[in-house]
Amino acid sequence: MTSTAGVAPPVDVPGLPAEPPGELPPPTGRRRGGIGYLLLLPGLLWLALFFVVPFYSLVATSLYDPAGSDFRGYEMTWAVGNYVDALQEYWRPLLRSLWYGGLATVFCLVLGYVLAYAIAFKAGRWKNLMLVLVVAPFFTSFLVRTLSWKLILADDGWVVNTLQVLQVLGDDGRLLATPVAVVAGLTYNFLPFMVLPLYASLEKIDPRLVEASSDLYAHPAVGFFKVTWPLSLPGVVSGTLLTFIPAAGDYINAELLGSPNQRMVGGVIQSLFTDANDYPAAAALSMVLMVLIVVMVLVYVRRAGTEELL
Amino acid sequence: MSQVADTSATPLDPGAPARGDHTAYDGLRLRALTKSFGGFTAVRSLDLDVPRGSFFALLGPSGCGKTTTLRMVAGLETPTSGTITLAGQDITYAKPYRRPVNTVFQSYALFPHLDIFENVAFGLRRRRQKDVDRRVQEMLELVELTSQARKRPAQLSGGQQQRVALARALINNPEVLLLDEPLGALDLKLRRSMQIEVKRIQVEVGRTFVHVTHDQEEAMTMADTVAVMNGGVIEQMGAPAELYENPRSTFVANFLGQSNLVEGRVLRRAADVTTVDMQGIEVSVPTARVHTDSDAGWVGIRPEKVLVGPPGEELDAPGNTIPGGVVSDVSFVGVSTQYLVRMPWGQELQVFSQNTGRTRLFTQGEPVELSWRPEYAFLLDRGQDVAAGSAERAGA
Repeated sequence: MTSTAGVAPPVDVPGLPAEPPGELPPPTGRRRGGIGYLLLLPGLLWLALFFVVPFYSLVATSLYDPAGSDFRGYEMTWAVGNYVDALQEYWRPLLRSLWYGGLATVFCLVLGYVLAYAIAFKAGRWKNLMLVLVVAPFFTSFLVRTLSWKLILADDGWVVNTLQVLQVLGDDGRLLATPVAVVAGLTYNFLPFMVLPLYASLEKIDPRLVEASSDLYAHPAVGFFKVTWPLSLPGVVSGTLLTFIPAAGDYINAELLGSPNQRMVGGVIQSLFTDANDYPAAAALSMVLMVLIVVMVLVYVRRAGTEELL
Repeated sequence: MSQVADTSATPLDPGAPARGDHTAYDGLRLRALTKSFGGFTAVRSLDLDVPRGSFFALLGPSGCGKTTTLRMVAGLETPTSGTITLAGQDITYAKPYRRPVNTVFQSYALFPHLDIFENVAFGLRRRRQKDVDRRVQEMLELVELTSQARKRPAQLSGGQQQRVALARALINNPEVLLLDEPLGALDLKLRRSMQIEVKRIQVEVGRTFVHVTHDQEEAMTMADTVAVMNGGVIEQMGAPAELYENPRSTFVANFLGQSNLVEGRVLRRAADVTTVDMQGIEVSVPTARVHTDSDAGWVGIRPEKVLVGPPGEELDAPGNTIPGGVVSDVSFVGVSTQYLVRMPWGQELQVFSQNTGRTRLFTQGEPVELSWRPEYAFLLDRGQDVAAGSAERAGA
């Protein structure tokens, strides 16, 4: 129509075909559904065997008669009191876990965002090397890495000595067996879980969007908060979840780098299970921790409003 | 159409004033603008004047430096040397967010997390302008997207996204609007109607538009001045008809439309007519259309300017007549017939013959004579590559 130059009526334009993209008709045919269910089967079996059954067992154990023992066996008495006891006795380590986990998550977010941003936008040809370096610590055992922090933060180590010279620490001040050491250890250990999802979502951002914001009178700082940050929210949400959940449940860092005063709930559960053999209390405490985390995650994801971004 | 630049005195003239005197000019002025990336010079000492209120096209193949030039004007690249002034102000090193310049990006670069309304309002909000609601509504009316205001960019079609990008830039009333191949992602039919649409908007708002494209047809349709860029420099600049009718280099002759270029040697130069020996035949070329100082040249003629007839028959005289051709290929395309005619010296010339009904069709193998009016011929420098620009030409 427009080949007859200049005669094409401009009325043509508003009536552009406005078919919304991405609305394909649903695939027809039942066989496709059948194959889908078949493919789900191995995963479902796995979940049933290693999640549903143990979960059921955990819930059941948490309601056993607390008077039972390995020798006499346990009786199901629907002992809801286990939960009350667990909360009354262990609310301090429980809150401390959430607090330390939260602190470590915040530190990871700050450090990880800067690192992921640098890798995604500034690293150039060093990008892959830097990503490998982020993952490299995983080649050594979690335990070994945490133990080596014990050496680094040791009372006569160079870190403590330097801080003492700088008068940041008193002459008999120490880092080990303090919350600083525990939170630092958590931050260190879970940083890659923050960096990788952040990198993945930052890397997807079209740099031209940032240029466009700059072209539209946004100072780089404003452009960051109006464009880059909101577009990286999916990475922020998954990164914080991947960091907070394991960090709040971790007990190795508190055990190795802290003192009993820094004990986290994971450590308590572990010793209830293995040292005290108090299975019902341990199970009840595990349940409390799990429910708390699930509720916090749900609230968080709602608040972040990232469903539509994902 | 030619209210625009006095092109004979502007960039290509080596004697043009190089620096200073910027305050007198209210358009966009580039002087000796250069950009190098490492060892590669993308833009080489570019001089350019874009008059205020004009629709200006930078036309060239990919990699010719046109996008780099645009990005330097936008402030997204820092020039290696040279100056950029806009309405008398030096903006060479001004931050992009401080320039009265807005860009329509090639891929639109709409903010995916904001709806159409907020995309368009972005620039106003950053400058804390008043009346955001009213102005955005007006702008959405101009591009006929009022009903889509609360949708996300991903929910719109390509043409609609393109208009959002245009609205988002235009709402800021920029001194200069930069368009970086804005129609490249659209299909042909939509592209044609958007060309008319963008041109309509430009006339309506009366702003300076600088449009970068590799599509010669798009540049000629939309712009009132076209600058043809190649290898980081401007080959020629002027109104589309002028560029087409009187190309100064083989690149322009081949990149803008098609040309027959035949080797020739200058015999006599007179004030009005230059006589050239073209493969043993004397042809004349208006001296104003001779673009070489050397004696060796390419005689150029557009295929649609060539007339074809049976040998010995009087054609549209007075013309340069070349006998001894043989039709080697005929393609009938409806409005015209395109012939390839093999000449005695072995070269095949293109002839586009309008199907007016006045001439009969010739068949393959038939002997013919070619002729053209001397005022349509042009003479280019023999030192230039005869095929320059033909491989890069888009479409056609």
